[in-house]
Amino acid sequence: MSAPLIEITALSSAYGQSQVLWDVDLALERGQVMALIGRNGVGKTTLLHAIMGTRPSAGGTIRFDGQEITKLPPHKRSRAGIGFVPQGRHVFPQLTVMENLETGLSALAGRGKGAAKVPQHIFDLFPKLYDIRARAAGFLSGGEQQQLAIGRALAGEPSLLLLDEPTEGIQPNVVQQIEAALVHVRDELGMTVLVVEQYLDFVWRFADRYCAMQNGRIIRHGSIAEESAKDVAHLVQI
Amino acid sequence: MDALFLNQLFNGASLASLYLLAALGLALSFGLMRVINMAHGEMLMLGGYLAWMTLLVVPGALGIILAIPVAFVGAAAMGGLIQSTLIRRLSARPLDTLLATWGVSLILQQGARDLFGAVGVEVRAPEWLTGSFVVFGVTLPSARLFIILIAALVLGGLALLLLKTRIGLLVRAVNQDRMMASASGIDVKRVDFTIFCLGSGVAGLAGVMLALLGPVTPNVGQSYIIPAFLVVVMGGLGSIVGTTASAIILGLFAALAQIFVDVSVAQMLLLVFVILFIQVRPQGVIAVKTRQLDA
Repeated sequence: MSAPLIEITALSSAYGQSQVLWDVDLALERGQVMALIGRNGVGKTTLLHAIMGTRPSAGGTIRFDGQEITKLPPHKRSRAGIGFVPQGRHVFPQLTVMENLETGLSALAGRGKGAAKVPQHIFDLFPKLYDIRARAAGFLSGGEQQQLAIGRALAGEPSLLLLDEPTEGIQPNVVQQIEAALVHVRDELGMTVLVVEQYLDFVWRFADRYCAMQNGRIIRHGSIAEESAKDVAHLVQI
Repeated sequence: MDALFLNQLFNGASLASLYLLAALGLALSFGLMRVINMAHGEMLMLGGYLAWMTLLVVPGALGIILAIPVAFVGAAAMGGLIQSTLIRRLSARPLDTLLATWGVSLILQQGARDLFGAVGVEVRAPEWLTGSFVVFGVTLPSARLFIILIAALVLGGLALLLLKTRIGLLVRAVNQDRMMASASGIDVKRVDFTIFCLGSGVAGLAGVMLALLGPVTPNVGQSYIIPAFLVVVMGGLGSIVGTTASAIILGLFAALAQIFVDVSVAQMLLLVFVILFIQVRPQGVIAVKTRQLDA
């Protein structure tokens, strides 16, 4: 087995005096889809931000693709191949859909690739985005914004995709499209995925492994094939 | 309408152009970095002195044309220096930035006093800028027409840059969501630096225009920086369209008020007008409205 794509060792993070991540160890093999589950406020979002570099980590190391990235600013991590779809989607509200996708091309800088055009496969994945490409992203529905946020991350051709609650506040038929997109990302684009999700039945349909957090620590992990969503449901419910 | 009114209307348009050139840099860097550069007025001063020096070397019509790029580049370089040595290092602390850049402003003013003297220097405008046109009994000085033209060109160029180029796209992205821009692979600090240089350069250009109207003194920037701040505040903090609209409103207001009262009372009325305006419309001339689903 080759080295993991990302390997997090003893990572900690704090907001002022209150520590939210304690000694987090986590590794993802290439091509793996990992579901990160847990109740609200246990540190899932903080962990994603610490991996992306949009929150400083207080201790520990993150190695990505053979390189230590613990101290790198977010844009360098993005250019190294980490794509981010944050909670609340964070589309650029006054940019058009097309412009939002074009910002994602910035991640290709320094990889010897032309960052000229948004690749067609993103529109194949989300045909709706092509139809609304000239509209301002701030006026889109939640589902459309979610597709746009995923498309923008994919435009940077990441090897690791971080997603934070992709189904939150989204109607069921769009959830299906997002699921299909994530299956495509895994099978056709060969990306590694770390997805934070409380909707277990959703992630259980396409993830390989899960890890569960509680009080800023990873308390359990396992294989999705071996454990059912019901077995771990108590870790998410209040 | 009488000639005085039309005359002041025209003066107001050229004053608005100066306000706009002085305020654009402030609006751009506030929109992006949420910091206020108190030394911005000194970029005008620097531009004025650079114009004077250019005209010493190359007198005549060519000199004033040459002064424009010289002042732009010189002020942009000074802005870049201030941004990279000071503002970047204080980025998360707006109050410290305010204080530190005020210090820079004082140092630059004193530096100019030591180098060029406290009295100020006079730029000899070329002949084609000292004349005037008479239209419908209203005298339009060429220098003021030139200022309006330059402001329009700068505004147009800036709009093209922001709306049609890759760097413009990145600037807008950083402006709207800094965290996400950074996570999308955009080097936000480089964008900050570029915009700060650009805004300082535009202020340097404004300095050339000031030099056409009066002497360049060490504190020439101070008399324009307050109206420029008012323009930015009333424009809606960081919006270019709002900044332009508010520069026009305030320029016309100040010039037309001078029909009835003297210059210093007009300045005071300007301040009162902005305070009242902000009471009625705290979001400024242009408010950014979108469907924000989450925080």
